[in-house]
Amino acid sequence: MKKSYKIEVDCANCARKMEEAANATPGVKEAVVNFMLLKMNVTFEDSADPKAVMKDVLANCKRVEDDCEIYL
Amino acid sequence: MTRKQKIMLWRIIAAVSLILLLIPLKPENRWMALGLYLIPYLIAGYDILRKAVKGVINRQPTDECFLMAVATIGAFALGEYLEGAAVMIFYQIGELFQSYAVGKSRRSIAELMDIRPDSARIRQEDGSLETVDPDEVEIGSVIVVQPGEKIPIDGTVIEGEARLDTAALTGESVPRSARPGDEVQSGCVNIDGLLTIRTTHEFGESTASRILELVENASSRKSRSEAFITRFARVYTPAVCLSALALAVLPPVVSLLLGKAANWSDWIYRALTFLVISCPCALVISIPLSFFAGLGIASRHGVLIKGANYLEALASTDTVVFDKTGTMTRGVFEVSGVHHSPLDDQSLLRLAALAESRSNHPIAVSIRAACTDMEKAGTLADVHELSGLGLRAELSDGRLLLVGSEKLMRQENVDFIPCSHSGTVVHIAANGQYQGHILISDQLKPGAVEAVHSLRQLGVSRTVMLTGDRESGAKEAAELLGVDELHSELLPDGKVAEVERLLADARGKLVFLGDGINDAPVLSRADVGIAMGGLGSDAAIEAADIALMDDDPRTLATAIRISRLCMRVVRENIAFSIGVKLICLLLGALGIANMWLAIFADVGVMVLAVLNAVRILLYREKKKGEA
Repeated sequence: MKKSYKIEVDCANCARKMEEAANATPGVKEAVVNFMLLKMNVTFEDSADPKAVMKDVLANCKRVEDDCEIYL
Repeated sequence: MTRKQKIMLWRIIAAVSLILLLIPLKPENRWMALGLYLIPYLIAGYDILRKAVKGVINRQPTDECFLMAVATIGAFALGEYLEGAAVMIFYQIGELFQSYAVGKSRRSIAELMDIRPDSARIRQEDGSLETVDPDEVEIGSVIVVQPGEKIPIDGTVIEGEARLDTAALTGESVPRSARPGDEVQSGCVNIDGLLTIRTTHEFGESTASRILELVENASSRKSRSEAFITRFARVYTPAVCLSALALAVLPPVVSLLLGKAANWSDWIYRALTFLVISCPCALVISIPLSFFAGLGIASRHGVLIKGANYLEALASTDTVVFDKTGTMTRGVFEVSGVHHSPLDDQSLLRLAALAESRSNHPIAVSIRAACTDMEKAGTLADVHELSGLGLRAELSDGRLLLVGSEKLMRQENVDFIPCSHSGTVVHIAANGQYQGHILISDQLKPGAVEAVHSLRQLGVSRTVMLTGDRESGAKEAAELLGVDELHSELLPDGKVAEVERLLADARGKLVFLGDGINDAPVLSRADVGIAMGGLGSDAAIEAADIALMDDDPRTLATAIRISRLCMRVVRENIAFSIGVKLICLLLGALGIANMWLAIFADVGVMVLAVLNAVRILLYREKKKGEA
């Protein structure tokens, strides 16, 4: 399953770090952060529950970049 | 500017004014100076320090804020108060500029692609109008579009006539006309008429929505340059931090072992300059920004690119392979000449059209289309179809017409003149007397010759035309176009084989340009498959990597020019930002560069890289035909 989320982040390198953090989250098959559009496209593992996974993604992103936000 | 940016601006202004006041004061007392310089430092950088602490708690030792905090606090500890405060202020100026510039370019690119309609006006059964969100309009609804408004949803015109501005979709400045029965696409602007439209698609499936989705996804599909930068950024920051640590510790220790003075503060200062240069932001921001600008400006010119990787590939185009029918030619058969006739052209066409008036053969249709005054033609008494040869027609005035091939003429012993051009030739004889012939052929598109010419000017080393047509028919077109090679009489799998052979030979990338009909396998086999999309041609947009919305082969050259500009900016930015950073690192290690230079390497380079990327948005195509 694939979903797109709106995000808020200040710098390009922070966006890159968010992308890495999201990709390292269990349940995420692939995450692509588009800094120019402030969007995160997430492809989930088949068995994963997007809502629960996105909570972890947000927590992981907050850890690498305190100032970021994902609108779930 | 957003609220956040405005607050930042005021903080920077306050900090800078304080510093300017402090410099002439030259506080004598060390502690007093520290206290005074800490004020602007904290005004500018308190949030950085806060984030730095959080970074430590979250175990993110390469967090920029943390590194910046270490560098500036280190400067204070070494007694370099002015530098410590100034570096923090400059860093914040850089961040502010970045967020402002990126926000600005994000908006101007979004404006380029501003084809999304905000509302739709539905006509109810009782004739009243209701304005709704276009998402809520069902298929088959009747919507009304007033002059100056965007068509929100694809549909068929049922009432009214208007001229449509399709520039946002095709880059074409000449308006199209729409009248009842015509299909119209969302995103076009109604210039001057009132249109009533029955919708044929949902909003999400309409042209405007699908184009936007494509362009947005395109910038998520990353290019090789971007992947390179991401990898580079991942190792760059840790590497610079480790070198900073080594620089702070190793040389003094070695000096001590050699029995010399350690010079701790000197080496620590050099290490701190390293930390200031360690942020890869200039690189990380400028590359996707450049591609985003490239994709945006391309869509403005009617070139829909489905990924940054294709933009990248397009820049190194070496071989261009064309399909003939529908790509370089109009794809419809038209009368292209009337030869050797004792009558004037229209009279001959009239005779032929009359004879063919009951036929639905494509040849008959094109002859009738070319005849503008059918009503003067007289009437047909009787007509016989001679299978494979043509027609024998008797007119009401008693004349006997023969209309058909050379074979028919020979069979009927008419003394005919063969045609030297390629195409389908229709000979006409009246009462056994030869009246000349009509040439019907698929004509080249208006810009086709120029298209091949400009590709060659762009340094494309090989142009190849593939066609299923017979050699004799294709040769003339190939010569007119000036392509290097022609391969004719190819079946679809033959085209694939031919492209594979050319791929093996190509030094750069191979681009295939087709009309998107029946050439999906070739489109996917080529490095870059380009379809002459044309508005509303869904299949073409689906199958290809790039679609040319205006159906004009010249636009390919435009696309290549944009991709080259974009890649040049990308290369400049990569070389410039890595280069300046490396030089500053080297100078910093040698003790020649101070923190002032280091902050330029960080902030100044980023500003220049962003401005360079924005340059792409200034690209303007010369008017077609001016070359």
